Amino acid sequence: MLTIKNLHAEVDGKQILKGINLEIKKGEMHAIMGPNGSGKSSLSSVLAGRENYTVTQGEVIFEGKNLLDMSPEDRAREGLFMAFQYPVEIPGVSNLHFLKTALNEIRAYHSLPAMESKEFLKLTKEKQQLVDFNANLMNRSLNEGFSGGEKKRNEVFQLAMLDPKLAILDETDSGLDIDALRIVAAGVNKLRSADKAFMVITHYQRLLEYIVPDFVHVLYNGQIVKTGTKELALELEEKGYDWLKEEVHQKESV
Amino acid sequence: MRNSNEIIDDIANREYEFGFTTDIEMEMAPVGLNEDTIRFISAKKEEPQWMLEWRLKGFQAFKKMQFPKWQHFEMPELDLQKLSYYAAPKKKKQLNSLDEVDPELLATFEKLGIPINEQKALAGVAVDVVFDSVSVATTFKEKLHELGIIFCSFGEAVRTHPDLVKKYLGTVVPHSDNIFAALNAAVFSDGSFVYIPKGVRCPMELSTYFRINAENTGQFERTLIIADDNSYVSYLEGCTAPKRDENQLHAAVVELVAMEHAEIKYSTVQNWYPGDKDGNGGIYNFVTKRGICKGNSSKISWTQVETGSAITWKYPSVILQGDDAEGEFYSVAVTRNKQIADTGTKIYHLGRNTRSRIISKGISAGHSDNTYRGLVQVGPRAANARNFTQCDSLLIGDRCGAHTFPYIESRNSTATVEHEATTSKIGEDQIFYLNQRGIETEKAVALIVNGYAQEVLNQLPMEFAVEARKLLSITLEGSVG
Repeated sequence: MLTIKNLHAEVDGKQILKGINLEIKKGEMHAIMGPNGSGKSSLSSVLAGRENYTVTQGEVIFEGKNLLDMSPEDRAREGLFMAFQYPVEIPGVSNLHFLKTALNEIRAYHSLPAMESKEFLKLTKEKQQLVDFNANLMNRSLNEGFSGGEKKRNEVFQLAMLDPKLAILDETDSGLDIDALRIVAAGVNKLRSADKAFMVITHYQRLLEYIVPDFVHVLYNGQIVKTGTKELALELEEKGYDWLKEEVHQKESV
Repeated sequence: MRNSNEIIDDIANREYEFGFTTDIEMEMAPVGLNEDTIRFISAKKEEPQWMLEWRLKGFQAFKKMQFPKWQHFEMPELDLQKLSYYAAPKKKKQLNSLDEVDPELLATFEKLGIPINEQKALAGVAVDVVFDSVSVATTFKEKLHELGIIFCSFGEAVRTHPDLVKKYLGTVVPHSDNIFAALNAAVFSDGSFVYIPKGVRCPMELSTYFRINAENTGQFERTLIIADDNSYVSYLEGCTAPKRDENQLHAAVVELVAMEHAEIKYSTVQNWYPGDKDGNGGIYNFVTKRGICKGNSSKISWTQVETGSAITWKYPSVILQGDDAEGEFYSVAVTRNKQIADTGTKIYHLGRNTRSRIISKGISAGHSDNTYRGLVQVGPRAANARNFTQCDSLLIGDRCGAHTFPYIESRNSTATVEHEATTSKIGEDQIFYLNQRGIETEKAVALIVNGYAQEVLNQLPMEFAVEARKLLSITLEGSVG
């Protein structure tokens, strides 16, 4: 579904990604871990198409298409979704109105007619129950005055509504208490399916207790330095990142 | 309901009836402004002597006045002696089909969702019968008549209800109020007159759109609305369709009078020609609008959505004379390219327990300048007066300006006056967030702006609000990037 080859990117003239290689297939759950400043969030920003990132080398193929050639909105319409680490607030725009606009833009891209209000509301109700999202929040302004946890849960609700092929969760666990974390994780687990893939970016192993990954990649200094399974995450939790850093430096000095 | 044949007959007859006006339309007053011009206008309109005298009083005041200098923009050079003050309704060039209309105009109509027949009427295409609006207008007129509501052109009111006009004309905006109001008093062309009798709740939104003869009221429009005790009226001015006009200066006057327990809601959508992107051409919209809450517990509410004109310069105001009276001002002003808006409100708290609420949302894009200017004045008698003002500015791009000049004068220590102001930019983060959900940038901006203006748009009557939303989106097209 997603193939990242030798991806290099910079922001403000500073190299952030230094040759990422990654292959994600349908139905897979990939966790990206790594210490602060390793380039985790930069990777998601580059994939989603944030403007201030410049790709200097490499390519990204998403469902057979060159992702890097597409505008951010077309990437979304092709089925790439990013749950933001810091979801923005948009005052005066109701959550539902926003979602309906988004959904219909995506449908229009695929030459589908706009969804009727009745059908839309039915879908809303269904998904809201599925990911256990507070119905009162649906009619409020988009993220305005939401708590940190509510914002993250809204991201998962949007994920459920827009039904993408690939979902990137960018530190969705940050700022969540344990209860909120459980609810968010339960929502994500319900959305897992054989034709959907996930890339979960996280700092801590804690989230991976609830969302069990098929693969764990460790990002350090703009590169994936180690790939393993969920056991790798446990090892990192126990030993921290320092041993990995040392390993990398030893390799470099050899 | 009358059947459609009757309505068609009615329209056919009416057109015939108006046949005579073609003669008048050929006539124009000589260029320039002097007493003769005013006598000429008054004679053309077959006005009574008192009306002429009032006009002349306006002219005397006008002669002594000068253009103000306090506005936050460079006053364009206006030679009022070069205008013609009786350019009788120009007959628009009749087009035979929509194919002959400027495609850009049509595209805008399309986006606004204006029905095809209305498109034709607005663009000046010959229409056999503008079926919907006229039949609606006819039924409206009958219903209003039954309730004793007077809704007609100003000129008609001068002839048919001189006592009412005489009693209220100039009581809110005197003939000597300011130079543009004085000019209007001297040369006003036509406008609307509304009287709602005691205890009557006007059952429909009154709109110039439904008033036969509403077209071509000219550049010096004058409107007078009186709501007698315990009555209610909602009045809509303007239309979201783009309005092209050859007259550069528009100096209208609107006076509202609310008696005891009466309520007037006045909504405006202004979409006049703003000039091209370099600031050439465009309308100067210099309007004096003021209402008085004369009776106790009366209420006046102004709502405006201003997207057009090269310069919009107006302060719809409320004098809260009666005790427990309430005044409101809700405004969205959008400027782009080189447009200028210097707008806001003045609220005078004179009575006890009077309340006012001001919500102003300025949106500037391009090289435009958007100014909020407001005065909240509390008189010595206005015990427990309360005011809340919120005035927000939204910037799109980094070459536009937003300015706020709030004036507060309180002469009563029991008054509460609150002022909140914010300035924000449409954030790249907000746009990117919406992009990431599949929404393109232009739509994203429209969504953000509509959300920002929502509090004001909510004040508009339902149907108007829908159109105004679309208008906001269209106005800002191409402003980003």
